[in-house]
Amino acid sequence: MDYLIHILIITGIYTILTLSLNLIVGFTGLPALGHIAFACIGAYTSSLLALNFGISPWIGLFIGAILAGFFGMVIGFPSLRLKGDYFALATFGLGIIVYSIVKNWVSLTRGPMGLPGIPHFSLFGYEISSGWSYLILVLTFVLLTYLAIRNITNSPFGRILKGIREDEIATLAMGKNVNKYKLIVFVVGAFFAGIAGSLYAHYITFIDPSSFTVMESFTVLLMVVFGGMGSLKGSFVGVLILVVFPELLRFLGMPNSIAAPLRQMIYGLLLIILMIWRPQGLLGKFKFK
Amino acid sequence: MTILQVQNLVKEFDGIKAVDDISFEIEKNSICALLGPNGSGKTTVFNLISGYLKPERGKIFFNGKEITLLSPHKIAKLGIGRTFQNIRLFLQISVLDNVMLGFKYEKGDKFFSALFQTKRMKKEEKENLFKAEEILKFVGLIDKKYELAENLSHGQRKLLELARILAREPKLFLLDEPFAGLFPETKKTMVDLIRKLKEGGKTILFIEHDINSVMGLAEKVIVLNYGKKIAEGKPEEVRNNKEVLNVYLGKKYEQNP
Repeated sequence: MDYLIHILIITGIYTILTLSLNLIVGFTGLPALGHIAFACIGAYTSSLLALNFGISPWIGLFIGAILAGFFGMVIGFPSLRLKGDYFALATFGLGIIVYSIVKNWVSLTRGPMGLPGIPHFSLFGYEISSGWSYLILVLTFVLLTYLAIRNITNSPFGRILKGIREDEIATLAMGKNVNKYKLIVFVVGAFFAGIAGSLYAHYITFIDPSSFTVMESFTVLLMVVFGGMGSLKGSFVGVLILVVFPELLRFLGMPNSIAAPLRQMIYGLLLIILMIWRPQGLLGKFKFK
Repeated sequence: MTILQVQNLVKEFDGIKAVDDISFEIEKNSICALLGPNGSGKTTVFNLISGYLKPERGKIFFNGKEITLLSPHKIAKLGIGRTFQNIRLFLQISVLDNVMLGFKYEKGDKFFSALFQTKRMKKEEKENLFKAEEILKFVGLIDKKYELAENLSHGQRKLLELARILAREPKLFLLDEPFAGLFPETKKTMVDLIRKLKEGGKTILFIEHDINSVMGLAEKVIVLNYGKKIAEGKPEEVRNNKEVLNVYLGKKYEQNP
């Protein structure tokens, strides 16, 4: 049972990442490849604040998310002026830079040794450490993220985002300041990724740079594409399948040395199959152009 | 009264002058055509006016205000609406949403209106939905409103592109080849729509390379060739202009009329 709850908590955290990336990639059409960098910023911010200054994880989570959003703005401002593939490369670079910084700034982050003993959330003196209570906490944030992104996309604002995805030049001709909209979306996506990172840190209570490699950004992107770009339901489905499916391999009694690479291979295979038969993803409405 | 004034516009691409010292004025509430063979710089002039390209030299005034170096979305906001030669629709969203994207919102398209689903937003949305349906009736696409734009035929796409800028209520319409590839019937619809726009007090400047399509519709024709303005005037005058005949029919015509 504990194992099942653990899987659900991880699923929930991935869902927040996937929903927020779907806003950027699926709705606005910006090929962002460094999403995990924002989760990393959120995780390290709230962990370091809690460990060094004893700041409550609740406040830390919020500050972490704001800081991730702020970085989104700083990075987004120049890189959003790049088109298509170049933007993808710039965000890819961002992922590597953030990873390198947390790995090498040993005096602050303890580098590859990681940060142990990160405190749990607590509510009215009751510690939300593991199991049901943490699951409820994560699901609350999933719900908030879902509602926020549903509202954002279900509005004239969201319609403009879809316009940018479909044709940037025509959106300009409609008198919309495309760069402003892109920046807002990028910052909002980074904000929610920051929340996801912080939730992860205070759940596992230990973080090190290896949790935030560029590979993780691809995993999240895969979940978006798999479930369907521009479909929020799709994001839930995508995460559920791609988190739960590899876990099933464990029950086949495979040793870890085989199961881990096998998982990567299955991811790859699933993606190839999907791109051939359903390029818009399982529940997606939109295709890459 | 002049609505658009173009002064000594020059645009070079790698040293080749695509637009070479062009000046003209467009009267308010008129229909004007920009005529010329392929590669004569017509679309470049449009891109300069609508801000997608910046000229090397020259100035553009709209309603007396200089717009030469403004960005495209700001020019669109001032009241210039344009269509594109190769039709740029929002293909993977509905016909209705394509039109809805054109509207100017006061507060409803702000981020926080969306996040909190404000009453103000819903009210504006409802009003615009009504207007969008009126526009779709006007261009004759109301039956297709829930269809994805990518499922429309070429002619319907041209009409939708016009519908989309109608939603912006621009004062000046820049239409890039509005009749290209249209069936005679759709072409007639398009001509009627342009006339109706003029009756409604709008100004239209359109690009065309077929000299006959211009007759009877445009009040003034500006003819370009190799980036230079070679003629300007009433359609009948322009049709009998020697230089225009040279361009369209070759030198032979001049010798043996």
